[in-house]
Order: sequence, then structure tokens, then C-alpha cells
Amino acid sequence: MAPDTGRKPRDVANSTGRPIPRNMTQQVEKVVAQVGSIILGKARQIRLAIACLLARGHLLIEDIPGVGKTMLAHALATSLGLDFQRIQFTSDLLPADIIGVSIYDRENGGFRFHPGPIFSQVVLADEVNRATPKAQSALLEAMEEHQVTAEGETRRLRQPFFVIATQNPSYQVGTFPLPESQLDRFLMRIHLGYPDNEAERALLQGEDRRDLLAGLDPCMTAQELIALQHDAQQIHASAALLDYVQALVGHTRRAAEYVNGLSPRAALAVLYAARAWALMAGRGHAVPEDVQAVLPGVVGHRLIPADETGRINGADVAARLIRQVAIP
Amino acid sequence: MTDTAQPLAQRHVLWLVLSLVMVAAPHALRLPWWLIALFATLAAWRVYIGHVRIPLPNRWLLLLIVIAATAGVYLGYRTLFGRDAGVALLVAMLGLKLLETRSLRDAMLLIFLGYFLVITNFFYSQTMLTAFYLLASVWMITATMVGLHYARTEPPLRVQLRTAGVLLAQSAPLMLVLFVLFPRVPGPLWGMPQDASTGVSGLSDTMTPGSIANLILSDAVAFRVKFESEIPRAKDLYWRGPVLWDFDGRTWTAPRFLYGKPEFDPGGKPVRYEVTIEPHYKRWLFALDLPGRVPPRAHSGSDFQLLAFAPVNSRQRYDMVSYLNSTYGVRESRFALRRALALPDGFNPRSVELARSLRREFPDDKALIREVLRRFNTQGFSYTLSPPLLGTNSVDEFLFEVRSGFCEIYASSFAVLMRAAGIPTRIVTGYQGGEINPMGGYMIVRQAFAHAWNEVWIEGEGWKRVDPTAAVSPLRVESGIAAAAARSDPLPLLVRGDFALLRELQMTLDLFTNSWNQWVLGYTPERQRLLLAGVGMDDATWQKMAAALLIVTGAIVAVLAMLMLRRLNARVRDPVKIAYLRFCDKLRRKGLPRGPAEGPGDYARRIEQSRPDLTPAIAAITRLYVALRYGAQTGADRVSELRRLVRQFSA
Repeated sequence: MAPDTGRKPRDVANSTGRPIPRNMTQQVEKVVAQVGSIILGKARQIRLAIACLLARGHLLIEDIPGVGKTMLAHALATSLGLDFQRIQFTSDLLPADIIGVSIYDRENGGFRFHPGPIFSQVVLADEVNRATPKAQSALLEAMEEHQVTAEGETRRLRQPFFVIATQNPSYQVGTFPLPESQLDRFLMRIHLGYPDNEAERALLQGEDRRDLLAGLDPCMTAQELIALQHDAQQIHASAALLDYVQALVGHTRRAAEYVNGLSPRAALAVLYAARAWALMAGRGHAVPEDVQAVLPGVVGHRLIPADETGRINGADVAARLIRQVAIP
Repeated sequence: MTDTAQPLAQRHVLWLVLSLVMVAAPHALRLPWWLIALFATLAAWRVYIGHVRIPLPNRWLLLLIVIAATAGVYLGYRTLFGRDAGVALLVAMLGLKLLETRSLRDAMLLIFLGYFLVITNFFYSQTMLTAFYLLASVWMITATMVGLHYARTEPPLRVQLRTAGVLLAQSAPLMLVLFVLFPRVPGPLWGMPQDASTGVSGLSDTMTPGSIANLILSDAVAFRVKFESEIPRAKDLYWRGPVLWDFDGRTWTAPRFLYGKPEFDPGGKPVRYEVTIEPHYKRWLFALDLPGRVPPRAHSGSDFQLLAFAPVNSRQRYDMVSYLNSTYGVRESRFALRRALALPDGFNPRSVELARSLRREFPDDKALIREVLRRFNTQGFSYTLSPPLLGTNSVDEFLFEVRSGFCEIYASSFAVLMRAAGIPTRIVTGYQGGEINPMGGYMIVRQAFAHAWNEVWIEGEGWKRVDPTAAVSPLRVESGIAAAAARSDPLPLLVRGDFALLRELQMTLDLFTNSWNQWVLGYTPERQRLLLAGVGMDDATWQKMAAALLIVTGAIVAVLAMLMLRRLNARVRDPVKIAYLRFCDKLRRKGLPRGPAEGPGDYARRIEQSRPDLTPAIAAITRLYVALRYGAQTGADRVSELRRLVRQFSA
């Protein structure tokens, strides 16, 4: 079963296919600790978020306002040494507000492109479901292609490029829920949830979070992050592990309890995320526990139960799926 | 796992309706027309609703139809209970339930109702054909159920039918075991009231001109006989039935009670055989003349009629012994002899006169009998299946005017002549002849073989059989009814047997029917006991049978489960996985089983918490297993090391 707390995945089997440089995992641990000092009591979500970024995926944080979604995104960007832009999505947001505009430059006598906030390494799309579908799709296209086209010119985005989107639960007023096809572009969706008693007390007693955030130092450089992403791709996934991923995906396609089965893209997402999780554990190969750990984040927004009577959160769906499929 | 509240697709509705119609179809012959119309309308309505996707009807409307249908059934049957009304109500409600069927759960309910409806068909008919038809219905319903569980995609028809077929095939051994071993209750298969006794032809305890001739038109089977000893010659095949003593001028009647004891002198070797009699709703049991024993739950009198205690409402089987050359009734009571001489006054005066004049001419009884038979043979009498109608003095008309008739009028006339001449005479009805089924080696006796003959009582010799029909038409007795009847007589096609191919086909069919009757429908407590004794289970009590039932059922389930598991395990070829499973098995036996979805690391951590003493061994095995199965390394030496660790491991 998936570990239910934010404890560090313990390495039970340290005989690795390829050694992971010790300092690399230490760096990751530093990021976890630093972000954890801002967002209290959410170590598991922080790990998932980092795993998502290591797997080169975009992250969707869904929860009610005020639980620290923006704070998490900001702390992550800073700790990973990436530059950060925030777009507040509103219902009158236009695609140009995201991508940028060309403005006539009198000195040069021509139009000059003023890049929008998308040309940043970490883009925090705040309350992404408050914008109209038109603005949403501008962002989501950039996410998929890692490039934008403006005024007939295609511009590449900077590397690494992450979108961390936050979203209010879609049953709140004034939202345009993301369609399934666009949800699929996010590698993971996580919920933060309320802090527990202890964490909340620490929050109330501690300093102002904004001051803390301003004082954060990067724990690694962008180059090191890219190297880590590359390492994550090299994590060994044995035939037995692929069997397990396929068994999970196959089950969702056969069982009648989901509106749609998981797509091949979802299967890839599970695999990538599991590799990143293994990397964070300092292991050179992925094990079924890695898959189970990332599954709630990866499939929660992709699997819709067929009898949508009430809202079922992603963790429930994934937990059920894990229970139903035996590890081959 | 399938969600039960899931709405139904139109193809599900179509499958449901089709299979329910298939199951209910045999009932259509027995249901009132309005109910059939109602069911058809409701089914069509449901299909239409699914087709145009409109909501199901209002429940108040349905309630109204329920009330109307119930009232209709009550008015039609004057009850709501019992077999016929119950089935009618069930069919009506089935149709109504279709209109309430929204979700998968409702559909499953209908499926089970359908299975129940299958059983109700057996209340009416238990033939092999019915069984095959209902087996096909069960297959169809099961296929529907299989289809219901494909929620998203429509399975190919082939897959649906094959899955259902495999399910049925897997249940077949269980069915056989339950059939063979389930403790039997004596009596018919269903303890249902038999109200279908009318319209079944067979001999009765009275005989009027024409009553037997009607039977000749039926090729229905009266009973089947399996001889243990040699099959007697055709002319000895007199199957004794009701013995008629009393004559009121038109009708011969059997006495209501039996007198005396069946006493006889065997006079030869016994013929042993087994009779399987078809239900005829009367009490007669038939046996070769002369029955040497009384079947269980039956009795007999001095005239050797075999009477069962209760009407033969279901197929019965009994062992019989007969003596073909016996002597019986030598010491017949005076009372019985007086009864065998009685004639009603004022009937048939010319015949009585003839008898008296013959008596004066032939004082010896035997000579007199021979003379009458000679006259039948030589004075232009003929045998016909379609005799002309006779009036009040039927014997007079027959003897002096018509001179052509059927066995019953010959027997009747002979008896009247003999009684008038002072020789005690009675009429025996029954069957004469029988056809051998060459494939099954048993004999079929049909209603068409019904016959009537006489018995006369001779001082010192007892009752002797005299068959006046044989004097007229010896062929009737020696070659059977088909040879004796004129070509123009209306005889059933099967009895005549002109078409060799048709006859062969018919015999094959009868062979199957007979086996079905003997082994399936006729699987009585006695037969069960015999069969079980044959496999070494003597004095099988129901407790023993129940125990055997449980054991064999358990064994079959175990074998099936093992076969299925083998197929699952067949995929485990990886020696690493096999070694690890062995390790898990060792822990399982200590009460620490691994969940199917539990990863090796999680499992190891969980065990370590409850059994810290095992930590090093478990950690070593788990580390090696994970490295070999999920890591990039391989190596035969490491696999054998894992095997060694698992072998040495003990919890």
C-alpha cells in the first residue's frame, strides 16, 4: 500500500542498477526541507510536487483558497533556483496577457515583442479555472509544446519550464472547469488540505510566511535540476514493473466503474512519476511502491468514477485502484 | 467489479427481452390470450422506450396495470395460487418489471426471475425436448448476464455465448453430482397437483362398443418392457388389464372391489421383465398373462387384475414375473361363478336362443366353445377397425346382421353366448402384442395394441383364455394389429410401419426418450440406492448421501479451482518470482499473508513490526528479490542465492 505520510521513502533495496550521486539526493532533500519549513505538515505533497517537476511534468494544485497553494508554488520555484512569474487568472484575462504583445517601438520604427509571463522558468497560473477557456488554452498549449507562437513567430520557452497551476474546486462560483483533455496535460494533481493541529499551531506561532519566503535561498541551480531530470529518466524500470503499470492501466479500461480508462499518456505519466519518486529515494530502479506512491497524484484527475454521485477525490479513486489490482 | 446502479444500454434491454421471451414462450400454449398480448405489449413498449430514449412510464400507471393483471388472473383462474395462476401471475409481473428496469441491478433481478421461470416450465412438461429447450434458454439468459457486465463496450456475440457456455460447462459436473447424490424423495419429480388427467387415452374399467376402437387411433406409448429372460412369442403377448364381469346389455364393467387371493399353479418357467408404465391416471398396472407377483404399492384379487393403491399419475417402473402356461381359478368361488353367468333380461333374445340351441347340440363345454369359434371363423365374420354403429341389442345385430367388427364386439358376443349357454365367462381387456426396439432391445406397447378377449371357466381346469378375435383374424394375434387391419382402416402411421426410414427414426427417438425416462425422470430412491450400492455405498442413508454430496462437490470445486489457478500461475515463469512467492507462502502459514497489492518493501516493513526477530532474514530476501526483479541486475548465482535464502528461511 502507498505510504500515507510524508515520510521519506525508505530504501529497502539498495542494490541499484546505476549509482545515484549521493549529493544529488541530498540536494533534493534540502529542497524538501526548505519548502517544508514554509508549508508546514505537508511533506508528502511537497515530495509529490518535486517528483512531478523531476519527471518534467506540470503540476495542478487544487484546493480551497487559503491553504497555501501559491505559497507552495513560490517556495518551490525559489528553492529550485528558477525564476518565477505569477499570472493571476481572472475572467477577463486575454491570451496576450500570458504570451506577451508586440508594441510599436518609435525609436526602431517597428514592432517589438514584449514577452509575457509565460517566458519564465516557473509559471504560477493562479486560479486557472477562473479564466475563460480561451485564456486557459493559450497557457495549456504552451505547456504541451514548450513554445509559443506570437505574431507569426515561434518562440521557444526557457528550460526548464514548469507550470504550476492552482485551481479552486470546480463547484465554487465563477469557475470554468478545465476540460478533461486539458486536465490530462498536468502530470499530477495534488490537494493540500487543511494542516493538522500541530502544524497549524506552528503556523500561528511562527513568523509571517511572506518574510520567510523572501529569505529563502536556492538549493540548486537550474543546470543541476536539468541533470536531475535527466537522471530520473535513466531510472531502471524492469519488465515486472512495466507489467504492474500495464495491469493498473488495463484494469481501468476493463472495469465498468470509470467513465474512461487511462490513456497511454497517463500510463507514461505513471511511469515517469514513479521513476522520479525512485530517484528521490536514491534508488536506481523503480519498485511497485513507487508506483503506488505517485498514483493518487497522477490518476486522480484522469479517472472519473462512472457513478459520479458525489465528488470523489483523487486519493480515493487511486486507493481503490491499488486495492483492486494485484502486483504481478 | 461492476456498478449496480449503472443505467442499462439498449442492447442490454434487447438481450433481456429476447431471453425472457424465449423462457416464457412454452407457457404461451397454456396462458390466456390477453396475458400473452399484455406481455408482448409490455416487452415491445420497453424496447421502444429504450429505442427513442424517453423516460420509463409513471409508477401509478404501472400500479394500475398490476391491479388489472392481478384481477384478470383471479377472474380467469378463480385463485391467485397454485401452478397455473401462479405462472400466469409470474409472467405478467415479469413483463411489468421490464418497465421498471432502469439499472443493472434491476436487470440482474430480471435475470434471476428468468431462471425461476425456467423451472416453472418443468411443472408442465419434463420431456427431453423440453429439457434441451430450457437448457438453451439458460444459456441465453446466462449470455445476457455476461453481456450486462460489459458496461462500456459491446462484447462480440461469440465471446458472450462462449463465456456463458464455459460457465454452464463448469457447472455441469456439479449438476451431475447433485442429481446423482441428492437424497431423493419418492413420488413424482414435482409435488404439484396434476390437473391434466383429462384427455389421456387408455383403457378404462368399462367397455362399450367403440371404446377400444378409439384407442386404436393413438400411437401413444402405454408402457415399455425390458425382458430379462427370452422374449415370449407374439401370440403369448397378452398384457392383462381390467377384467370385466358385469354386463348391463350395452356396457361391460369391472367390479369395484377385488375378491379373493391370486392363487395359481405356475406350470412352467417364469418370464422375468421390467415394466415402465406411462401415466394414464387410472389404477391399472399391466403384466403378461398371468402375473406371478404383485408390484409394490399395489394389490390383486383372484381375477389377477393388478391395481395400484393410487392412480398412476407419473411414470412408474416395476419388476414383474409371469407364467405363460399357468393354471388358475380351479377352485373359483360359487359367488364368482354366478356372477360370470349373469345376463341382463330382455337383451339380445336371438343370441340367447342361439346359445340354448347350441347347448342342446353340444353338451360338452369345450366342444361348444370350439363350435362357436368355428362359426366365427367360417360364417363370413370379418375383423375391421371401423365397425358400423350397433343399436340396443348389439350382440344380436352383430351376430345375425353386420358380422364385421372389432375385438370388443367379438369378446362381448362370445361372452353373451357362453353365459347364455351356462358357461361362466368374463372379458379381459388389456393389450396384445408389442414391438421390439432393435436399438434398445426393449419392447414398446402402444395404445393402439389395446385388445379384449375372454376367459371361460372349465370345471377342473379353471379359467382358460379364449380369444374370439384370433378365430376371426389369426393375423391380429400373431403379427399384430397392423397386419390384421384392412389397408383402408385408419391406423396411425407409426403403428403401421410402412416406411422403413421413418420407422427407424422413430425407434431411435423412442430409444432416447426411454433412456431419458429411465435414467433422468425415473431416477427414483430405489434406483439411486441401486446405483450407489453399485459403487460400493451400501445402505445409503440420506445422511451418508449428504456427506458424499458435500465431499464430491468440494472435490469438484477444488479441481476446478486448481485448474483455474494453474492457468493463473502458468504465467509465473520467473524463478525469482517463484522463490519470492514461496517465501510469502511461508509467512502466510504463520498468519502473515501478503496482500495481492502489497509491494515487497511495504510487506517487509509490516512484518518487521509484528515480528522484529525476523528482520535481518526478511530484509535480506526482500533486498535481493527487489534487486533481481526490479533492478537492472541479473545473474544466475544471485537467483540461486535468493532460492537458498528462501529455503533456509523459517518464520
